[in-house]
Amino acid sequence: MSFINYAAREINCKLVYYGPGLCGKTTNLQHIYSKVEPSTKGKLISLATETERTLFFDFLPLELGSIRGFKTRFHLYTVPGQVFYDASRKLILRGADGVILVADSQIERVEANIESLENLEANLAEQSLKLDRLPFVLQYNKRDLPNVVPVEELQTLLNPNGVPWFEACAKKGTGVFETLKGVAKLVLNELKKKT
Amino acid sequence: MLGADLTLFEEDERRLAAVLRRLCEEAKSRAVFLIDKSGQLIAAAGETANVDITSLASLTAGSIAASGGLAQLLGEKEFSVLFHEGEKDNLHISVVAQRAILVVLFDRRSSLGLVRLRLKRAAEDIGQAFAEMALRTQQEAGRGRAAFQAQFAQFTDEDIEDLFKS
Ligand SMILES: Nc1nc2c(ncn2[C@@H]2O[C@H](COP(=O)(O)OP(=O)(O)OP(=O)(O)O)[C@@H](O)[C@H]2O)c(=O)[nH]1
Ligand SMILES: [Mg+2]
Repeated sequence: MSFINYAAREINCKLVYYGPGLCGKTTNLQHIYSKVEPSTKGKLISLATETERTLFFDFLPLELGSIRGFKTRFHLYTVPGQVFYDASRKLILRGADGVILVADSQIERVEANIESLENLEANLAEQSLKLDRLPFVLQYNKRDLPNVVPVEELQTLLNPNGVPWFEACAKKGTGVFETLKGVAKLVLNELKKKT
Repeated sequence: MLGADLTLFEEDERRLAAVLRRLCEEAKSRAVFLIDKSGQLIAAAGETANVDITSLASLTAGSIAASGGLAQLLGEKEFSVLFHEGEKDNLHISVVAQRAILVVLFDRRSSLGLVRLRLKRAAEDIGQAFAEMALRTQQEAGRGRAAFQAQFAQFTDEDIEDLFKS
């Protein structure tokens, strides 16, 4: 749910990183946090288990600058990817203006990616939302590993609608900002359309 | 459409801030925050300088969402109040006007009873303000929106590139 504050000339948007367990959602946020100027970011909040698996969410507020006099803020959230945290995923997904599905490119995670995409669609449907009507991008992560599925195959499996997609190695930071920019573009254009 | 978006005009902010200031005073609290259920700050009053408000907003929205999930599990409509008691400071968190969360931060100078008493009127005022805001957004969304359309909505892909330059 975007929040336009005409008084403060601010635009706030909520972006949600979705995807199967261990695909690298938290790593995306950590990389962004490590790279942006201290003045443009708030704290990175991680509600995680002792083994650093996301338990509820990670949260990173970003204020990258102004567009035509309007301060543009992005609130980045990750969901917990592990299957049994579905109730929490639903809560985090509420009010999302844009969604990034982080897919794990490793062969053994193909099914987990598909399941996560289906889970995303089901959870959106509960809120009467549809993926093809929401700003949505894909990130093919962990491209640095040897056992990865070719991108063409991932495209066939996960991206029938041809939404913007990005190859990434979140651990090194490759593709992380490209992905964020990709979804930000869609979200801001959607906002433009709605007003 | 992504659900009911919230649009705040200058006079709304002033009005809500005034309600919060009064609540803060009357409840003898340290600070008061009004937060959208999606975790975004709407207005605040009191000693807010030393508080990381953005984090506070997101975490409160998270706990309200989690307790809402719990309520559903048990067949309750909502657990609309959360109370956290610390050694020095206490947090009273409540849902107001269905869509917003009111957070009162108070210490020994006040009490749970006083906070709850003063909250009632503030909640009503906020509900009233929201109702009028919703109505007006529909009726005369024109002005602020015109500025928004004339400026923000004219952005190009280049503006977005600039945002990500650094
Ligand atoms: N090789 C490689 N490892 C990565 C990459 N991105 C993330 N990882 C590693 O994958 C592991 C899991 O990453 P997280 O970011 O915690 O995964 P997550 O998606 O947040 O997982 P959940 O919180 O359980 O949903 C960590 O050990 C990361 O270092 C990548 O691009 N390449
Ligand atoms: Mg995580």
